[in-house]
Amino acid sequence: MLRYILKRLISLGLSLIAASVLIFVAIEIIPGDAAAYMLGINASPEAVAALREQIGLNQSDFTRYFDWATGMLRGDFGISYTYRVPVADMISNRLWVSLPLAMYALFLSTLIAFPIGIIAASKRGSVADWMVMGGTQLGVAIPNFWFAMLMVQLLAIKYQFFTAGGFPGWDNFWLGMKALTLPAFVLALPQASILARVMRSALLDTLTEDFMRTARAKGRTRRGALVHHALRNAMIPVLTIIGLQFSFLLAGAIIIEKIFFLPGLGSLILTAISQRDLIVVESVVMLLVFAVIVVTFVVDITYALVDPRLRRRV
Amino acid sequence: MTLLQIKNLNLSIGDTEILRDVSLTAEAGKIVAVIGESGSGKSMTAYCINQLLPRGAQVSGQVMFNGQDMLQISERELCGIRGQDIGMVFQEPMTALNPVQTIGAQVAETVLIHGAASKAEALKIARETLNRVGLPEAEFPLGRYPHELSGGQRQRVVIALAIALRPKLLIADEPTTALDVTTQAQILELLQKLVREDGMALLLISHDLGVVANVADNIAIMRRGEIVESGPVKQVFAEMNHEYTRALFAASNHVPERNAEAAEMPILKVSGLVRDYVLPRKTAFGVPPKLRAVNDVSFEVKRGESLGLVGESGCGKSTLTRAILGLDVVQSGLIEIDGQAVTAGHKVPRELRRKMQVVFQDPYGSFNPRHKVAKLVAEPFHLLDDAPKGTARRQAVEKTLIEVGMLTQDADKYIHEFSGGQRQRIAIARALIIKPELIILDEAVSALDVSIRAQILDLLAELSDRLGLSYLFISHDLSVVRAITDRVMVMKSGKIVETGETEAVFNTPKHHYTKALIDAAPVLENVR
Amino acid sequence: MIKAAFKMPGFTIGFILAMTFVLAALVSFFWTPFPTDIVDVPNKFQLPNRVNWLGTDHLGRDIFSMLMVGARTSIAVAVVAVGIGMGLGVPLGLAAAARKGSLLDEVIMRGNDLVFAFPALLIAILITAVFGPSAVNAIIAIGIFNIPVFARLSRGAALSLWTRDFVLSARVAGKGAVRISAEHILPNILNLLIVQGTIQFSLGILAEAALSYIGLGAQPPIPSWGRMLADSQTMASFAPHLALFPGAAIVLTVLGLNLMGDALRDLFDPKIRRGRE
Repeated sequence: MLRYILKRLISLGLSLIAASVLIFVAIEIIPGDAAAYMLGINASPEAVAALREQIGLNQSDFTRYFDWATGMLRGDFGISYTYRVPVADMISNRLWVSLPLAMYALFLSTLIAFPIGIIAASKRGSVADWMVMGGTQLGVAIPNFWFAMLMVQLLAIKYQFFTAGGFPGWDNFWLGMKALTLPAFVLALPQASILARVMRSALLDTLTEDFMRTARAKGRTRRGALVHHALRNAMIPVLTIIGLQFSFLLAGAIIIEKIFFLPGLGSLILTAISQRDLIVVESVVMLLVFAVIVVTFVVDITYALVDPRLRRRV
Repeated sequence: MTLLQIKNLNLSIGDTEILRDVSLTAEAGKIVAVIGESGSGKSMTAYCINQLLPRGAQVSGQVMFNGQDMLQISERELCGIRGQDIGMVFQEPMTALNPVQTIGAQVAETVLIHGAASKAEALKIARETLNRVGLPEAEFPLGRYPHELSGGQRQRVVIALAIALRPKLLIADEPTTALDVTTQAQILELLQKLVREDGMALLLISHDLGVVANVADNIAIMRRGEIVESGPVKQVFAEMNHEYTRALFAASNHVPERNAEAAEMPILKVSGLVRDYVLPRKTAFGVPPKLRAVNDVSFEVKRGESLGLVGESGCGKSTLTRAILGLDVVQSGLIEIDGQAVTAGHKVPRELRRKMQVVFQDPYGSFNPRHKVAKLVAEPFHLLDDAPKGTARRQAVEKTLIEVGMLTQDADKYIHEFSGGQRQRIAIARALIIKPELIILDEAVSALDVSIRAQILDLLAELSDRLGLSYLFISHDLSVVRAITDRVMVMKSGKIVETGETEAVFNTPKHHYTKALIDAAPVLENVR
Repeated sequence: MIKAAFKMPGFTIGFILAMTFVLAALVSFFWTPFPTDIVDVPNKFQLPNRVNWLGTDHLGRDIFSMLMVGARTSIAVAVVAVGIGMGLGVPLGLAAAARKGSLLDEVIMRGNDLVFAFPALLIAILITAVFGPSAVNAIIAIGIFNIPVFARLSRGAALSLWTRDFVLSARVAGKGAVRISAEHILPNILNLLIVQGTIQFSLGILAEAALSYIGLGAQPPIPSWGRMLADSQTMASFAPHLALFPGAAIVLTVLGLNLMGDALRDLFDPKIRRGRE
């Protein structure tokens, strides 16, 4: 087990390095002169030269990458060109909106998907199964930003069930949660639909396994065999999807934040793009990719907890 | 005392009739065997007893167990009987256990479901039961997972969880089919011991007359959903009233007539062959360990000769085959094909590959389902530089199909339209089409029913007589090897431990492993 | 096979839905009820009526016509993105499977893992940050995202085929890895690819809509369902139909494609439920 974790940790480190190189190349090398790009075509040569100096463009690409990467390790993400403040300060507040939003959505997605996936699988072919399959089919097809717009219209503006947008901060935990509930729900719905379908088909696959017959021959009831034997075995494909979903939720949060006027990383990055503030874009993308890679690592570890066969495998 | 009495049992699934008017009894302390080829309904008979039938199954008749009709009682009562009074062992030990639970938990589960003991006591019972089936605590603690055990050991765990509550009836559905001969013998011995000790009844389902002949008290022979003959083993074997019984018996012992003469000149000569596999490294920077799958193997196949290669799973016989066929590069040693040498580290060149072809075990997996037979059979033409095209190619395919007993119009069909035996004929046609001199038969008849197997063996014998073919016949089944080979080699852990004339080896084995193999192999003749 | 597919209600419904939008897109090249590039402000915010079947938007343009032209953008982006994903992903996956355990396999798979860490939206953000927003960049972003999906799928399916005896037979017949991949592997994974292609196609439509919605996709004056939704947002309180119809178009197209994909999967093999996100 320890070796498995160690191996995953090494792979995590390598992924981070590769991802950071990729982002660095995309943002700082492909555009050519990043300074000229950020200032636009009307900028004076002096201004460009000044900016080049400020963000260190006169150094070699390797040195710049190295400085950028080690800077991030220390929590130094550089200075925003547009706002002239440290990017780290801009990110830190917003991270505490986006990250909880994605987590909350993941929690809701799992909470919704598990029971209905299990019910659909255990009552295969029944009315309940048909309803779950039809409903989730629709859930997958609805774009969440559109659903969000409708929800805002309906629940927040018309009936005032929830706050229509904005974020009061975490000073009062419950108010914060309340502001995030509708966005998280909207974000979670398509993912919950996908997850429920995966849960159902993974369970159905497991139900045909030989060991399920063994369990029945021992005297387990159908339900007993499902609960005690099928569920844990079906978790392996389900975990894979949960891991993938986190990255979708983080990305999806960027859009949802826009609709609910949440001050998260999404609105930061969209503004930064329109202002050509490459330093902010690069930092936020790196941060999001970091979160995805860490979640992948956590999922890998969970695999090993669920499946003893993985603990020994190299 | 009659424990189980099946009367006039009929079963259909959907519109298909599976069982017709089946009657069978089992007594405490006795072993009753149900024998049949695939599709005979023998397994379904077993599933009717504890009512673990697939959806859409309709049953009629009577299954009296312990004074109750299993067809009449509720699902809840059935759950109470399964595991408590009726235990069950399955064919595939590799998949019959839950991979994410420890063996201890799975054996104890049987006890816990039926509320027979507290959790601590259940684990104690699990421990005792595992000891009973030959899995002592020192090597097999309760915390072991199934993937850490071999096939035979897993089958012992399955038996343990079936007998944990000392049921009155144990149903064993092909319990040894997936196992090697020596393991098979041990499992059969264990089952007999348990019947003796617990006085339970054992219903043993099998396709292999040899397996049950020596252990069963009573036998029932099934064909197409019906029992054609039943009674005490000795009596059934002595009388053989039904023609199917006679046919089955004859097919099981079938020896094809062979007249081919072996020449002195070898077609294949292997000397000092070594094949290593690189295993995953144990530490991050260490040298990865190697597994020597084939260790210094030397032998030759003479022209017109049929050479057998016998060994249990994992002995390296498949690796050896792959090396000879030129699919893998060997680490050292020499392969000479028709007098031309291929040295270690080199691939077998095309012009030598054409002299060899192969027939694999699985009649279902060895054909691309998307191609027609004509294309499948013609595939080895790829090895020829001047392969026939167009009509000539077609004619060659048709001629070869006729040679293996198929029809010319079969060339335009897809492979799923054929039965297992027919597919194996097509596989032989594919091997024959470029007129090779050596055919490697890798467990080529192992997946077939005995009656089909007899036909294929006849075909192989006839082809070698007529075409002067040489065979390298690889099998785990000793009786088949004995029937079709001139000489035999016995392989164990990558080494050839014994070689000799087939009859001589079987009659007076020299190596202790050969002796063990032959002792373990079920033999039909002893019964009569 | 095609007959069997149409016997499944899911497939038929899905096919009709998807085909409606494909047809609408094709017809829009020749005819739309009203031109979509002419602004008619006096006629703005019409509710659905006999002349403007689905009403008009804030610039007085006919929504029905806009939807027809928007279908073009959605379908084009999704088709090309799936094409990129399949065209690059499948050969990579087949190559990795043919040389399992080799350096090539390792490089391809690790590359895949890396791309998987970037959701399509992040790729789009990276590209637009540098090259500016456009429909082409949206296609590239979604296409790149599709590559590992197809590479993984084809590698996994190909690996299990490589262990089959018929591939071994082909090797005994002296055939090389490329030939075996083309002759034996690819035809046997085609079903899987078609099913996954349908799913990625619908995901592509959703992704395009999302990108256009946040302004990283198709730019004016090219009509796009996502941008129509973005435009409608501020007016949703008094002209809800502006938001309703483009959304419904997206839902129906995606639903149709998914229904088709599901039906095809059941048809091809009831046991391949796995491997779907």
